[in-house]
Amino acid sequence: MTATLLTNLHLATPEIFILSMASIILVVDLFLTENNRYITYLLSQFTLVVAFLLTLNLFSGDTFYIFSQTFVSDPMSSILKLGVYFATFVTFLYSKDYLIQRNIFSGEYFVLGLFAVLGMMIMISASSFLTLYLGLELLSLCLYAMVALQRDSSVASESAMKYFVLGAIASGMLLYGMSMLYGVTGSLDIQIVSQQLGAVTNKTILAFGLVFIIVGVAFKLGAVPFHMWVPDVYQGSPTAVTIFIATAPKIAAFAMLMRLLVGGLLEIHAQWQGILIILAVSSMAIGNIVAIAQTNIKRMLAYSTISHIGFLMLGVLSGTAEGFAASMFYTLTYVLMSMASFGAVIIMSRKGFEADKLDDYKGLNQRSPWLALMMLFIMFSMAGVPPFVGFWAKLSVLKAVVSADLLWLAIVAVVFSIIGAFYYLRIIKLMYFDKAEVSEPIECAIDLRWVFSLNAGLILLIGLMPESLLALCKQVVMS
Amino acid sequence: MGFENIVFYVFAGIMVFSALMVITVKNPVQAALFLVLTFFSCAAIWMLLEAEFLAIALVLVYVGAVMVLFLFVVMMLDINVARMRAAFMQYLPIGIAVLVTMAVMMFMVVNQIHIDAPGRAAANYNNTRELGLVLYTVYVYPFEIAAVILLVAIIAAIALTLRRRPNTKHQNPDLQIAVKRDDRIRMVKMDTEEKK
Repeated sequence: MTATLLTNLHLATPEIFILSMASIILVVDLFLTENNRYITYLLSQFTLVVAFLLTLNLFSGDTFYIFSQTFVSDPMSSILKLGVYFATFVTFLYSKDYLIQRNIFSGEYFVLGLFAVLGMMIMISASSFLTLYLGLELLSLCLYAMVALQRDSSVASESAMKYFVLGAIASGMLLYGMSMLYGVTGSLDIQIVSQQLGAVTNKTILAFGLVFIIVGVAFKLGAVPFHMWVPDVYQGSPTAVTIFIATAPKIAAFAMLMRLLVGGLLEIHAQWQGILIILAVSSMAIGNIVAIAQTNIKRMLAYSTISHIGFLMLGVLSGTAEGFAASMFYTLTYVLMSMASFGAVIIMSRKGFEADKLDDYKGLNQRSPWLALMMLFIMFSMAGVPPFVGFWAKLSVLKAVVSADLLWLAIVAVVFSIIGAFYYLRIIKLMYFDKAEVSEPIECAIDLRWVFSLNAGLILLIGLMPESLLALCKQVVMS
Repeated sequence: MGFENIVFYVFAGIMVFSALMVITVKNPVQAALFLVLTFFSCAAIWMLLEAEFLAIALVLVYVGAVMVLFLFVVMMLDINVARMRAAFMQYLPIGIAVLVTMAVMMFMVVNQIHIDAPGRAAANYNNTRELGLVLYTVYVYPFEIAAVILLVAIIAAIALTLRRRPNTKHQNPDLQIAVKRDDRIRMVKMDTEEKK
């Protein structure tokens, strides 16, 4: 028994390392004075870097199952985990100054962040309904607490409460769906479930479980009509937390979608395709149209997230390996763009001032041409203008949809992304063609400036040569 | 209809009734007590499913520990019931519409479903022992994750509650002891004034 339990345990070293370091940092943080708090920050960043190297070192083309088939290590999980570390690393970097200025530079932000990373890793590597659910709960619990971290802000507390209640309902839905599937297949192991599906004679109960699972996943992704929490939470949380919620957890949510629908339920693809089409079309419609009416940039970006989630689903619902690869590419690049856009909001803000109104971006070109140019990159990329990476992401997803004989869906998607281009281009108009209301230059720390430039530059760079990342996504999805 | 069915329907009926009462009674203490009743009948049903260990754990942990703490909290809070009821009436029509649609649709689906009951375990089958055998072996990974979730819950609870509220008055004994006469008394020199 012990021999089989401990074989290939080294595949879980990144998880074990993150858990140990998070616990160590938790204790170390207790003994630090306020002035030495940056040590917590440095330790957290160090943890992420080492975990990145560990995962990179473990990368191989094969698939292994450990811990009695509850943990899977495959190329896709390694790539997604690398994405999570990278996104979290950059998020922490962006957040540091913001947190210090608002007196919430506490160890808990980083410790909870690391535990959230652990939750995401567990979800990405889940090969059983049980681990998937537990990973999701670990992630969600950390996020609820992080949203509420700014205790003196009533808006933050309110959005944390909304997030918590809706998140709990979503978890309940997901669990109910899982229990139905367990009822018909007799197993929690995703592999065994997918093998048993063909033998199930009563398809009604399968569809019943499937609906609840999709509702749960759609809640977590923030797809319409389960999107209500997204704008409130994005707007209400401190920007440092918003940027965290808007980036790495999307990768984990994509992994959850892949593990459940593709890994477990590919057999009944015809049944979930229809549901996902409805979710995708309504997400793109509501997301893009409602975003136009927003005056708060965090809220606008939240609706933009909803529309991007719709796009992301297009690739998955096509049901082909190309489609899955396209969705994975879309997720990774979307996270890159989202990171940069909220990074810009953080750079624009300063002590006692949140740059969350669209009007704050008026005439940005006169105040800081560099920041305006980077913002231009991000907005063009989000709108899907070549040569930026957003264009390739949209193109590859659309290609997958067309090759799955859903031409009308591709046309709908294009129409809505043209509508969506309006509000991205409006920001560019505000920055370049409107007069600045305040003339003071924007101050920003040197490390923040570098990371932001790199982040935005990466959007352009991958946009100029998307082949390698696309090929990588294809390769890992195939195996 | 055997004895087992009767037991099931009695406890299921009590459970649904008390669960309804939890969300409808006015008094929060009564609501908490009805929740205890819900847990009890749930434990009885689990017992019927031959999950003795879980049933007893539910009574010990939830009824014995969690609900007592919960009652403490409820008694310490001053909840404004009237204001909450106003919002309740406002959303009631939508709520009922959603409920009826969901119930009808679920009934239509569930009605067609028939899952065979699993076979009975032998009389000497030890539920607790079997759980113990797999909990730290086959399910060690989920078990560890659950432990981490509990740790995060502790961290979150402390991080959110351990703080100085901006407008509360609290004593600082250290400063109080260190105080000197000069800190408190200010001698003011002034000329004598004539009585008018």
